[in-house]
Amino acid sequence: MARKLSMKQRYAALTRDLDWTPSYVDEEKLFPYTRFEGIKVNDWAAWEDPFRLTVDSYYKYQAEKDKRLYAVIDSFAQGQGHLSLSDASYINAMKLFIQGVTPIEYAANRHFSFLARHYNGPGPRFAALCQSVDELRHTQTEAHTLSAYNKYYGGFHSWPKQFDRVWYLSVPKSFIEDAMASGPFEYLIAVSFSFEYLLTNLLFVPFMSGASFNGDVPTMTFGFSAQSDESRHMTLGLEAIKFLLEQDEANVPIIQKWIDKWFWRGYRLVSLIAAMLDYMLPKKVMSWKESFELYFEEQMLEGLFKDLEFYGIRPPADVAVAIAEKEHYSHQAYWTLYQYSYAAGFTTTIPDAEHLDWLSAQYPDTFDKYYRPLWEKAAKIEADGGRFFNTGLPQLCQVCQLPMLFTEVDDPEVVAVRDTVFEGERYHFCSDGCARIFADEPEKYVQAWLPVHQILQGSCGGPTLPEVLAWYGFQDGDSGEYVGSADQIDWQQWHSDEPVRS
Amino acid sequence: MSDTRVRNVGVDLQDANEENLRLVQAIVADNDGAQVTRMPGLVRVQVPSCMTIRRETVETHLGREWETPEFQLAIVSYFGHISTWEDDEIVIKWDH
Repeated sequence: MARKLSMKQRYAALTRDLDWTPSYVDEEKLFPYTRFEGIKVNDWAAWEDPFRLTVDSYYKYQAEKDKRLYAVIDSFAQGQGHLSLSDASYINAMKLFIQGVTPIEYAANRHFSFLARHYNGPGPRFAALCQSVDELRHTQTEAHTLSAYNKYYGGFHSWPKQFDRVWYLSVPKSFIEDAMASGPFEYLIAVSFSFEYLLTNLLFVPFMSGASFNGDVPTMTFGFSAQSDESRHMTLGLEAIKFLLEQDEANVPIIQKWIDKWFWRGYRLVSLIAAMLDYMLPKKVMSWKESFELYFEEQMLEGLFKDLEFYGIRPPADVAVAIAEKEHYSHQAYWTLYQYSYAAGFTTTIPDAEHLDWLSAQYPDTFDKYYRPLWEKAAKIEADGGRFFNTGLPQLCQVCQLPMLFTEVDDPEVVAVRDTVFEGERYHFCSDGCARIFADEPEKYVQAWLPVHQILQGSCGGPTLPEVLAWYGFQDGDSGEYVGSADQIDWQQWHSDEPVRS
Repeated sequence: MSDTRVRNVGVDLQDANEENLRLVQAIVADNDGAQVTRMPGLVRVQVPSCMTIRRETVETHLGREWETPEFQLAIVSYFGHISTWEDDEIVIKWDH
């Protein structure tokens, strides 16, 4: 009997032996998108996938992951698992997840399948194909997992539509569409390297540990199941950057510019995660600051970037700003969500006394000085029978599309605003990072679909707030204050001896 | 490189079952200076500069045959660079 091929031989058989050189079509015609960005690739065969995935091993292990996940989802549903969450307010974090993250996974599925056709080398094509299937699996498993909550809680019903319409979801939407509208190499640096390698741990790991800690077993399971694919995606990102840097020295400045840009784009996107981590988990896992120090400063700046120094790559341009902002980021982002949650697909509330003390302990230099007073003000309004909602429309950053909510690094009491004039029109930005991204490609970013501008232009259902919220697809109970919300009332009744309300 | 501090590499595994705990034991057995830390749902193993996961050691700890691609079922995340993933071992290290 013939000896079984080794992993290395099987991978070579798949990626090399099944590939062919075109004979009646020019390579340039066959792969039309891999030259215009200025990236030079001299030898596509130098691409190595350390996972050495083949079709049979890919499906074997993915099927096993899915089997494990769906067993958990089934038993959670049968065992009334939704009742054993730490608190109903936890579910707001999951609403933000399915509204903001799941559609990114679907978009990534689409774009990786495009790349699986368009790279010249069979190694990256096959890695992109596997990632495309992974991203579709994530979209499906997330929808299946969270559909169990849709039976009991508001806010889960219209996320694909809301991703295209709602103000805070234009932040993730514009991020992924900016990447998809880039060339095939920039997309790799944007999504596979900057997002999957540099920032994924900030997104997924605290989310999933948070789920574990708050009794959300299915989310923890899909999260870790998805994240096990993520380690392959991280590898694709790291292989991609090393491959491109090794291929030609002329690639180095191009890659550096993309790292600067996409670190900042991704970092602004995860401000929503920072808010979730510090404010939306009833049982806390770690603070944003701690998570940023561990997953970014320690692992990336102290680890990865020392490796990339060898190629002449330095840490992202605005990394010092991100480090300075770690004391403020989550507080400023959640304070904004709190004020505008009448127009969000989730509810918010004032942190209770124990929560406020936890924040003081995590942020000894900033919380009591700058942010506790805001919550005290909100509490006073509430004690007088009100609720602090800001009904003015905020100014948005032309690039990241977040409201102008971040402050100057050297003065946390002054909101940072930058502006520039391009072809007779003035554009505004939340930071030097976003202003620089605009300055490099103004023709791209002047086309941004900014939710506030669109409301004022009459593209969002009508001129009044109820019309806009109806156009967003919100229903009663989706939005506003958590205390007294439908979710909270249901939760209390499920946990009392009273009959469930009719 | 001017900075000569030893950089850690590591893996985050699902803290899910007996098999993963044995996998952690196998990694600790093969890597001097391995540190194990726990977070909800997760177990992290980190070592200075280079981590080797050997099939033989894992098989001894599990008491059954084990293929290196099975590691994909346990891993959640890692830091470092996967420099080798062969039938007999997985090596994670920084290259430069």
